[in-house]
Amino acid sequence: MTVDFAQEARVRIETRVNGRTIRAEVPARLSLVEWLRDELGLTGSHVGCEHGVCGACTIVVDGSCLRGCLMFAAQADGCDVETIEGAVASGRLAALQEAFYRHAALQCGFCTSGMLLTAAELLARERNPGRQRIREELSGNYCRCTGYQSIVDAVEVAARAQQEENGS
Amino acid sequence: MEARAPSGEIGRARPDARTRRFLAGCGRFTGDTRPVGALHACFLRSPHANARILKIDAQAARRAPGVEAVFLSDDLARACKSWRTVSTAFPGLVSPTQRPLAQDRVAFQGEPVALVVAESRALAEDAAELIEVEYEPLPAMADYRRGLEEDAPLAHPETGSNRAWSLDVATGDVEAAFAQAACVVEDEIVFSRHTGVPLEPRTILASFDPSAQRLEARISHQMPHQMQAHLADLLDLPMSRVRVVAADVGGGFGVKMHVYPEEIAVCAATRLLGRSVLFVADRVESMLSDVHAREHVVRARMAVSDEGRITAFDIDDLHGIGAYSVYPRSSTMETVMAIRAMGAPYRFEAYRARANVVFQNKAMTGQYRSVGHPIAATVTERLVDRAARALGVDPLAFRRANYVRPQDMPLVNPAGLRLLDLSHEACLDRMMALLDYEALRGEIEEGRASGRIIGLGFAAFVEMTASGTEVYGQAGVPVAAVDTVTLALEPDGSLKAAASVAEIGQGIGQGIAQILAEGVGVPVESVEVALGDTASAPHGGGAWSSRGAAIGGEAAWGAARKLRGAILEVAAALTQEAADALDIVAGGVVDASGRERMTLRALAETVHFRGHELPEGVQAQLAVAHSYRRERDAAIPTNGIQASLVEIDGDTGIIRCRKHWVVEDCGRVVNPLLVDGQIRGGVVQGLGAALFEECRYDGAGEFLSASLADYLLPMAFETPDIEIAHVETPYSGSVIGAKGAGECGTCAAAAAFLNAVNDAIAPQGASISATPVTPERVLRALGRINGEGAP
Ligand code: FES
Ligand code: FES
Repeated sequence: MTVDFAQEARVRIETRVNGRTIRAEVPARLSLVEWLRDELGLTGSHVGCEHGVCGACTIVVDGSCLRGCLMFAAQADGCDVETIEGAVASGRLAALQEAFYRHAALQCGFCTSGMLLTAAELLARERNPGRQRIREELSGNYCRCTGYQSIVDAVEVAARAQQEENGS
Repeated sequence: MEARAPSGEIGRARPDARTRRFLAGCGRFTGDTRPVGALHACFLRSPHANARILKIDAQAARRAPGVEAVFLSDDLARACKSWRTVSTAFPGLVSPTQRPLAQDRVAFQGEPVALVVAESRALAEDAAELIEVEYEPLPAMADYRRGLEEDAPLAHPETGSNRAWSLDVATGDVEAAFAQAACVVEDEIVFSRHTGVPLEPRTILASFDPSAQRLEARISHQMPHQMQAHLADLLDLPMSRVRVVAADVGGGFGVKMHVYPEEIAVCAATRLLGRSVLFVADRVESMLSDVHAREHVVRARMAVSDEGRITAFDIDDLHGIGAYSVYPRSSTMETVMAIRAMGAPYRFEAYRARANVVFQNKAMTGQYRSVGHPIAATVTERLVDRAARALGVDPLAFRRANYVRPQDMPLVNPAGLRLLDLSHEACLDRMMALLDYEALRGEIEEGRASGRIIGLGFAAFVEMTASGTEVYGQAGVPVAAVDTVTLALEPDGSLKAAASVAEIGQGIGQGIAQILAEGVGVPVESVEVALGDTASAPHGGGAWSSRGAAIGGEAAWGAARKLRGAILEVAAALTQEAADALDIVAGGVVDASGRERMTLRALAETVHFRGHELPEGVQAQLAVAHSYRRERDAAIPTNGIQASLVEIDGDTGIIRCRKHWVVEDCGRVVNPLLVDGQIRGGVVQGLGAALFEECRYDGAGEFLSASLADYLLPMAFETPDIEIAHVETPYSGSVIGAKGAGECGTCAAAAAFLNAVNDAIAPQGASISATPVTPERVLRALGRINGEGAP
C-alpha cells in the first residue's frame, strides 16, 4: 500500500544500511527497528519488549550496539546502520556463529541476533574477557531459553579463537 | 517389543542443525512475514479489574484514518462461537463463558473489549484511543486469600462464590500417623504469581479466502493441531479447511498452548473482512494477558516416625487461578499436579490433601513449565529439611533413608502417583560426588566462621512427563496425545519426514532426525524433518508435557523401522538376496559380509524413475507412517536431585546463587547437548521464580508489573553456572526408553534454592517460606528491617 492513510508527519532521511545508501520518507514516530523490519524486510532484528530492556532489537549504529526500539528511524538520518544481516554478510561474526552453534548457545533463536552483536562488540573491545565479564556485558540481553551458560561458553571460546588467530 | 540397535545417533551430542538459520539472522518467526495488504490489529483492553460495560461508542474510531473496521463483541459473534472450560477431570468446575471480546462485563485488567483493524499498528492504536467505553466499576477480587470469606467481593457477580473447584484426597490413616509421630514439622509457604515470558510475544497472522472458505492461521503456538481443531470448531469450518502453521516459535514454556481470546478475535475478524490480519502482542499486552501461574499458599504438615521415617503428609492448598479457567485444558491442571506430586520422592503411608481453587479478577493462569511440580517440590523439600534439622540428622541422609527404592516399584503412592523406573539413590550418590559434599560443607563452615552468610540446599524431585492419552482423553477434552511420524525415501536417497510433535526451540526436530537416522541406517544430515504445519504434519500433540522424545521419538523409531523394512524388501528383490541377510549402514545397503551392494540413492532412483526394472509383483512402499500411543502408564515419571549454593549480603539482602547442580534421570538421553540445554534453561526459569519474578497486583486488581522493567527476569550476570550429570534408567515401557527432559530443571530449582537460603540464615535463627525471596524478605527475616511488608 503506498497510500498514506493518515497523512502522518514524515521525515526524509538518508541512511546507510548494511553498506547501501537508502533515501526514504519515514513516519516521524516509526522506530528504527520497525523501519528495518517492516519496510526494508530486515527481519533478523527482533522486537521483544519495545521498551529498551530485552536487547532483542540490538543493532549497530555508527559502530555501537544500541536498541532499535528506543531510536526513531528519523534519528538514523546520516547514520551508518548495520543489522545482523549485514554483520553476518561481512564475515565478522563467523567465529561467534560457529561457537554458538557448537555450544547450543541458542534454543528458540529469538535473542540470538542481539546476543551475537553484543558479544562481537565486547570481543572487539576486550581480547580476553573472563566468564564474569562476559556475563556482565551480556546482561542487557535477555535469553529466556538457554539459562545463559552455553552463551557464555560460546563467547569464551570465540574469544580464544580470536586470540589464536591474532597470533597472541 | 523390538530391541534397539545399540549404537549410533541416539545418544550423540550434536548441535541442532536448525539453529544455523538463526545464527545467520534468517529465522522465520510469525511476525517476520507481512503479506502485501495485511491489516494490523490492536485491542482496546479493560483498565478495570471488574466492571460492567454500560456503553461503548466506537463511532470516532471507525472514522479514524486508516481504519478498516472496529469490532465489538456482538460483531464477532457473527463469525465465531463462545467457549467455556469444562472437564470431567474436574467435576463441578465452574468457569464462565468466554468470548473473543468482553460482552457485558470485564473480569480482569487487560481483558480485550474492542478490536481495531487498520492499515498499521500505529493507526490502529490511534483509533483505539478514540473508543469511549462507559464502565461501572465493581469491587475487585484481588486477594485470593480472602476469596472464600463470606464478604469477599465476587470475581464474577453472577456466581454465588469465588470457588472454582475443590479437591479432596485421602489415603490411609492420617490422624493416626500424626498422633503416633515422633516428630511433626509444618510450614506455610507462599508462592507468587509469575509467568513464562517467552521472548517472542504471542503473534498471529490470519487470512481467510472467502471463495474457498479456507482459513489459514500462522501463529506462534506450541500445538498447531490443537489450534486447528479449536479454530474449526469456534468458526464452524471443517478442519480440512483450516490450516495452522507454527513457523519458528520464539519460546513457549506453556504460555503458547492455550486458546486466547485475542487469537480467536483475529481469526473472526479475518473471516468477516476477507483480508489478512496480523496481531503481535506488545510486551505490556503479553504481561497482562498471557497465562500466569503458581499463585498458591500451601499449609503443610509432615509426620515422621521414631525411626526417622516419613509416615504422612497433610496438605491444604489455596490456589488463585485468575478470571477464567484457561481453555481448553483448564487452570486446575496445576492444582492437581501440585497435590499429586507432593512427597513423591519418598515412601509414606498416609496422605490427605485439600485444595481450594478460587477465581480472581486477574489474568488467567495456566500450564507453565513443570505444571504444579515446583509447588509440590518446594513444599515437600522444605518439610524434609525441617524434619532433618529437627531430628539433627544430615538432610541428605534423611532423604536417603526415606527414598522410594527400586525394590518398592512399581508403586502407586498414597497421593495417587504411579512410580516406576526411578533412581533416587543413584542420583544422590552422583550428586555427592559431583559437589564433593564433605569438602563443600567444610568450605561453608569456614566461610561462616568468617562471618559470611552461605548456604547449601537440596531438592529431590519426581517429575511426571510425556502425558499419555488418558490424561485429557478421560476428561473429555480433545487433546491429542498420540503422535505420528511420516517418512519417505526421496529419489536422491535422503529422507523426508513430517512429525506431529512441534518445535519451540527445544530441539526436538534434531532429536527426531537422529532417531530416524539410526532407525533407518543413514547419516543424520540426510534427514529433513518438517514440523508445525497442519497441512503437512500428521495430527498430534505438538509441544507439551515434555513429550517429544518419549512419544514422538517412539513414533519416529517405528516409522524408521517400517521404512528400513520396505527398503530392504526392494533391495532383496534387486540383489536376489534374502531381506534379512541385508542391512542399511551409512546410507548404503550392505550384505552379511558388510559389502555395500547399492546406495539408497541408487535404490531410490530405480524405484522412483525406473520402476519397470523391479521384478514382477514388487510394489515398493517408500513412504510410511507410524503412530505411537503409549498403552501403559498415564505419565512417565522422571527423577533427580538439585543442589544450590547461595551467599547473602547481610546489609543489602541481595542473594547470589553461586552455583547450581542437577543430577537427573530422564531415561535414555537422545542428545545430551540439547537435553542439558533444556535442563539449564529450566533451572534458570525456576531460579527466576525463586529470586525475582512476580506478577504484582494491587488490592484493586491493578497490574503493577506489566513491563520488563517491573517484572524482573534473570540476566546473565545473576545466573550461576549449572553443573549437570545424568543417571540413565530407560523407561521400561518403550523401545528407546526416553522420558521427558524439558521441565525437570524448573521442577526443583526453586526448592533447592529456597532450602539453600534457609540453610544460610538458619544459624541466625531465621527462616523464609515465601518466593520470590526478595532482598526485603531477606532483611526482614534477618531482623534488619521491621514493620509492615510482604509476608
Ligand atoms: S525490543 Fe528493544 S530492547 Fe526489547
Ligand atoms: S534462545 Fe530463546 S530467548 Fe534466547
